[in-house]
Formats: sequence, structure tokens, C-alpha cells
Amino acid sequence: MTTISGKADDREEIEYLLPWHAAGTLSRRDAERVERALASDQELARRFELVREELAETIHLNESLGAPSSQALEKLFAAIDAEGATVRKPSFAFDLRTRMSEFFAAFAPRTLAYAGAAAALVILLQAGVIGSMLLKNETNYGVASVNPDKQGQAKVDSIDLYINFAPQATTDEVSKFLREHGGRIVEGPRGLATYTVRFAVTGVPKQELARLLKEMQENRNIVGSEFPVDTPPAPAAPAAPAGPSLK
Amino acid sequence: MSANQATSDEVLIGRIAKGDRLAMQVLFARHHVRVYRFVLRLVGNPSVAEDLISDVFLDVWRQADRFEGRSAVSTWMLAIARFKALSALRKRPDEELDEETAEAIEDTSDNPEVALEKKDKSAVLRQCLQKLSPEHREIIDLVYYHEKSVEEVAEIVKIPENTVKTRMFYARKKLAELLQAAGVERGWP
Repeated sequence: MTTISGKADDREEIEYLLPWHAAGTLSRRDAERVERALASDQELARRFELVREELAETIHLNESLGAPSSQALEKLFAAIDAEGATVRKPSFAFDLRTRMSEFFAAFAPRTLAYAGAAAALVILLQAGVIGSMLLKNETNYGVASVNPDKQGQAKVDSIDLYINFAPQATTDEVSKFLREHGGRIVEGPRGLATYTVRFAVTGVPKQELARLLKEMQENRNIVGSEFPVDTPPAPAAPAAPAGPSLK
Repeated sequence: MSANQATSDEVLIGRIAKGDRLAMQVLFARHHVRVYRFVLRLVGNPSVAEDLISDVFLDVWRQADRFEGRSAVSTWMLAIARFKALSALRKRPDEELDEETAEAIEDTSDNPEVALEKKDKSAVLRQCLQKLSPEHREIIDLVYYHEKSVEEVAEIVKIPENTVKTRMFYARKKLAELLQAAGVERGWP
């Protein structure tokens, strides 16, 4: 009984694999299993012929769908140009890491140990200096550049925000929005879909930040959420395979 | 797709990650028609599909430096394309979509009954393939036209591998029912 049921299960499993066998995308092991079953089972072989018919007509149907115009390529490169120097930090970081590894590999272990101890001391000193500086200055909302005006009031020429664009926003809409608001993507996407966007501004940081946040909130069809860069960004809405967020 | 092409796709992605526009152009030339057809079968509107493939390849440009090579480049791109297509479908009103879809994919050949009268079984089969639900159409296209393995379909559609097999089986079963309704008896299921 168990054997009969086992055979039925096996046959069912083989039948499930027929489409992939017809398309030639099974592993060698599975392909051989299917071949053996087809050789000994006439009904299965007949069904395999049906699968082959479906395969042929699916290819025929898809091939009749035509191709996109050359505008698709033009639009793509226009978008790439518009992004300008959206830097490729990770690949640079990769190169740097490789070079560093090669560099350090050239030293003797004892030399490296002394150098490591010296580096640790320098890092400790730096941490102390940076810490004391942070305690003196209040947070400036991810201000990219600060210039004091004649009255001594700090003004800024740009502010960075983390932005998760709305999933339904198209590239065109996002580009238009950025143009109209003096923004440009300087980094990202991080995580699933968070971009760092730099907005050109002229004014006092707090006021400019409040204005920007208000503008973001008024454009929820484009901007899903936004955070000053000193706020850890919230994860974007899950959906994107491999993280696409901008349409 | 050959193993050589898969490898060379990865090389292209590596170059794209460093900002090589020519590599982007080569990758586009190599894959854009298939990506377009995949998207078109999902959204049913040629101009929407054309817009979407620009977006798909723009994402490839942006994310090339994070491509880990765990799947084929074409699988990765189809997953992005699928996400874009579904987002576009969610954005559009159903009525508009149905109308445009019908217009876009309406075959100029005879309908199943007329085709059958002319004894053109292949045409009937193609007509019935178009009548499948988007979910069934998608899996049939991925397996038969895009030559994706069970594992790759699972990755693109985001479902378990066993579900891929059963969904394909039921898509074929539905196709057989449509054929039977059009007068083509295949003796299965």
C-alpha cells in the first residue's frame, strides 16, 4: 500500500516538473528522473507532448508582442544624467578595502601590532576631541553648510533629509519634485528605499527645516516619509525586491 | 540563457556599479525586449510598459553596487520589473486598466471558436493563454518564455518553491479548461 501511494506521489511530482523539463531548466538529476519516467509511462509521455505545445505557443505569443521604442533607452539615460554624480560609494569602498588589505599584508606582524597600538591611541584622543565638540554645539539638523550672517545668526545654504519616496511615485514625478524644491539625491538608497536628499536653502536652519518638512508633508503622493539626517531613518514600506523604491 | 551570458551579465553589473554607461547600454540592449514583454503581459499597456522598463533599468543602475550575484542578473531584473508593474497596476483604476489591457493584448487573430472552425489549434491555444488570470499568465511566461527554474520563479514571484510547482500545475489545468470550453479536448486533466 505504501509503495503504491509512494509511486503515485512520485508520478505527481514528476508531472509537476514537466514544464521545466520541456523548457530545459531542470537540474541534471531531475531531468534524468523525468526522462526515466517518460520512457516507462506512456500517459505521462502524452501529457509531456501537451506541455511542449503550450511551451511553443507561449513563445510564439510573447514573440508577437513587439519591442519598445528607442525612447525607452533615451529616457533611461536622461534619468541617469539627471542623477548626475549620484556617487557609487560602495564600489569605491570595496576598492579601498581591497587596497587596504593589500597594503597591510605587506607588513610584518610585529610592525602591524605596534602600528595598531598607536592607531588605537590616536582614535581615543580623537574621540575625546569630537565628544567635547559635540557637547559644545547643539544639533543642526543635518545642515550641510553653515555661514554666519552679519548679525552673527547662523544661516545655511543646504539641508539634508532622509527621504522614503512614495511607492507609487514615478521617476518623472520625483525628478520634477526635486527640481521644484531645489533638491538633489546625494546618497542612497539605503536599506530598502531611503535616500539622502540635499535641499538648497537660504536662511536660519530651524526655520528652513520646518519649511522643508511642511513641503514634504504637502506632497505625500511623492514623499512617503522624511527625517532630518540626525534621526535614524525608519524602514521603508516592504515591497521592493532587491530594494527598488523609486519608480 | 547560456552560462557564458550569465557570467558576462555579472561582469556588466560590476562595471555598471563603477558608473560605466557603456556597460549599462550593453545590458539594456541584451535584456530590454524580454523585460518589456514581461511587463507588458502584466500591465497590458505598451506605453506604460515602456515607461516601466526605463524605471527598471534605472534601478539596476542605482543598485548595481549592491547586486550580490546570488541569482542571475535576468532574474534580479525580472523581480524588479514585477515590483514596478504591480505598483503601476495598483496606481491605476480597474476600469481603465481592463479597457487598456484588452486593447493592448487583443489578438488580431480569430477568437477561439472561429479559430477552431478553421482548425487552427495553435491559435486557439494562444487565445486561451491570453485569457488566463494575471497570476497564471505570469507563471506560464516565466517558465516557458523566460526559461526560469523553479527556484528562480520562487525568487521573482516571492512564493515558496512548492507553491511555484502547484501554481504552474493549476495554471495549466485552467488553460486546459479554457481550451475545452473552446472545443479543444486534450484528454487532460
